[in-house]
Amino acid sequence: MQRMPLLVLCIFATLFLACADRSSTDTVNGKQVINIAGSTSVMPFTEKLAEYFMLEKANFIVNVQAGGSTAGIQASMNHTVEIGMSSRELKPEEKSLHEIIICYDSIAIAVHPTNPIRYLQMSQVRGIFSGKIRNWKELGWLDRKIDAVTREEGSGTRGAFEELVMKKDEIDEGIMVQDSNGSVKEVLATDPYAMGYLSTGTVDRKVKAVAVDNVAPTVENVKLKKYKIVRPFLYLTMGETSKSVNDFISFVLSRDGQNILKKEGLITVHDN
Amino acid sequence: MTINAAQKERVIKLVLTFCAFSSLLFLLLIFMFILIEGLPLFFKVGVKNIIFGFKWAPTKGSFGIFPMIVSSFLVTVGALIIGAPLGLSCATYLSEYAGKKRRLFLKPALELLAGIPSVVYGFLGVVYIVPIIRDNLGGSGFSLLSTSLVLSIMILPTIISISYDSLTSVPQGYREGSLAMGATTWQTVYRVVIPSAKSGILASFVLGMGRAIGETMAVIMVAGNALRIPTGLLDPLRTLTSNIALELAYASGDHRRALFSAGVVLLVIIMALNYIANFVMKRKIAK
Amino acid sequence: MRLNPRFIDRLVKIILNAQAYFTVGILVVIVFIIFFKGIADLNLEFLFYYPEDMGRHGGIFPAIVGTLFLVVLSILLATPLGIGTAIFLTEYTKESRLTRIIRFGVESLAGIPSIIYGLFGFIFFVNKLHMGWSLLAGALTLTIMILPTIIRTSEEAIKSVPRNLRLVSYSLSATRWETTTKVVLPAAAPGILTGIMLSIGRAVGETAAVIFTMGSSLRLPTSLMDSGRTMAVHFYILAREGISMEMAYSTALVLVLSILAVNILAYYFMNKVMKRYS
Repeated sequence: MQRMPLLVLCIFATLFLACADRSSTDTVNGKQVINIAGSTSVMPFTEKLAEYFMLEKANFIVNVQAGGSTAGIQASMNHTVEIGMSSRELKPEEKSLHEIIICYDSIAIAVHPTNPIRYLQMSQVRGIFSGKIRNWKELGWLDRKIDAVTREEGSGTRGAFEELVMKKDEIDEGIMVQDSNGSVKEVLATDPYAMGYLSTGTVDRKVKAVAVDNVAPTVENVKLKKYKIVRPFLYLTMGETSKSVNDFISFVLSRDGQNILKKEGLITVHDN
Repeated sequence: MTINAAQKERVIKLVLTFCAFSSLLFLLLIFMFILIEGLPLFFKVGVKNIIFGFKWAPTKGSFGIFPMIVSSFLVTVGALIIGAPLGLSCATYLSEYAGKKRRLFLKPALELLAGIPSVVYGFLGVVYIVPIIRDNLGGSGFSLLSTSLVLSIMILPTIISISYDSLTSVPQGYREGSLAMGATTWQTVYRVVIPSAKSGILASFVLGMGRAIGETMAVIMVAGNALRIPTGLLDPLRTLTSNIALELAYASGDHRRALFSAGVVLLVIIMALNYIANFVMKRKIAK
Repeated sequence: MRLNPRFIDRLVKIILNAQAYFTVGILVVIVFIIFFKGIADLNLEFLFYYPEDMGRHGGIFPAIVGTLFLVVLSILLATPLGIGTAIFLTEYTKESRLTRIIRFGVESLAGIPSIIYGLFGFIFFVNKLHMGWSLLAGALTLTIMILPTIIRTSEEAIKSVPRNLRLVSYSLSATRWETTTKVVLPAAAPGILTGIMLSIGRAVGETAAVIFTMGSSLRLPTSLMDSGRTMAVHFYILAREGISMEMAYSTALVLVLSILAVNILAYYFMNKVMKRYS
């Protein structure tokens, strides 16, 4: 017990030393650190890019966090992170940020794999999410309520969906909300009567994307500008960027980086 | 080492006093910051518009959290309807009927239920309870019913342990007197023991309510998070807590302040419940 | 029609018995499900490798380390504060308005839900004090959260140390501090340890407060200012995003086993206390 004050002293010393580490902005253990945060749509792809980047350049550490497009924008504005990720266009008051389009992504309307519906009109999608169309039988299926799922407010994907699909109509309040592409996909994959929208890059065997106005959300259709529900994935930086950040961004925009994104189902900047 | 022993004692007492006051300091800090962030919006938009507003669209200027307050209460009542009788039954069994060996095994087992993290409860709720409701009762399964079910299991340990303490502190003499007059065990329990332990049992219900209203992670996973007041057991809903957790990371400006305002409301409700519970318990001790 | 009271008595006993076993049954079912579904992928690789592909494959080593660091740090900070408070309330003051106010503070802290701790930690440690999402922010938040438990159990433990021990110590002209540290605390140790174990269990399972203060980075946290995941956070993300059911179950298994282990240790210490004083 006599050693207690000594113990407390040690704790404070450790805390102090650890905090001191932070002041040398972007190096930890001699490695360059890049902090990236923002859109949950962009995040998994940034993670993939980061994995490859760190394989090539072992002296880099890339930290990727979620938080949503709005959070990413805010975080890069007040320098909490070096790069912010956004899956929606910047609002006028956010324009002080430097935008870099890293790729394009479309938003797919998706349902459970056993759902027989394959085609929907844009107006029907709008009707479903505004609450006007409530039952699957109105679309030609069985008599069962549509379990619609939307993203939360502040989500870049939702913002893009509202702008490109809903237009003036508001998303109905009685619709379920999930806070990431992954969790929307989970609902669609487990509830046979569910319908939702998510980043096409996230679509896999667990869900089925429907064609909107007879156009399927394929990479081809987006390149040909036939599929209209498309939004850019943005990296945002504020002011001067360090060499490490520039290195990472160059990698993302390079042939190698874009190929990684292409393999994931995204549309590269070169093609658009 | 000629430090005066009395001086040393004084320093130690000072350090210990500081330790003790740290709790108060932290409490103050928490209240202060939540209020600093949460109160301004009440003044800017109006208390009525927030607490009684029906529309939550914070990026467009609507900050009504009434549906969420109602939903929070609904799931809590639902959890109590299922959890209170079950919890009280378990506590009664443990206290009045179970033999020493059974008690030694059952009581820790029931308390271990409290150790399971809320996210695990939520996960199991999504994987098992939600599909069962969806396939047998209708709707998407993400509903008031599923949330109440999950929450009821989560508040069981609280209700059981506090009710048990209450029941066991009823003097044995009461029971003996009743039995001596020819009453059966159940009659004794029902007419004598439980009424005597009434305040403690009620307190356990109130604390269970507090726990249910404050639960976040499990609720997000099974409630569906829709913004409307549920009109039926199978409708999805969003509680105050889930709202905060769902949007905190994405929110900025007035949106974030609105979440803190919701936090203020939540804090007030839960503190009120806790004080009611404590007050009820103290009345019992005063008896 | 009046039913025979003895019949009702027996019936009630059966019903109550059934309910009690039903409730325990819930626990058993939960543990069984997690055990059998999680054990499949639980191997050394799971425990010591890094997650790949957002957690779809590989292991959960960073999450285990994150949990360890976070919990150890929180306990290190909360224990001296908690025991100090308990000592103050029991050995150094009489019951007075002062102690009632302090107890009020402790009880209030205990009643605050974890999401509010998350809110507070986020706005205070992460933002105002510019710690960002970090181990430090998480630990400081958790420290305040587990403090009431440690204070309560320590107080109980210290109070139940028989007065005689103290009187003997004083009669040998020990100072109050010497008595406290050399006689009372060692005697109260099992009870105090129970509280610490319970707090560990709580901290390991905590999610809401941790996710908003420590963040959810997949990297291995190597410094106090690093963000990271705890097992509970990792599990939550795996489950919600539907990344991998198998990984989720296995993570849940490690999570639940750790908490069960800690709780069983707590009971072990509590029994030692009972034995000593019965």
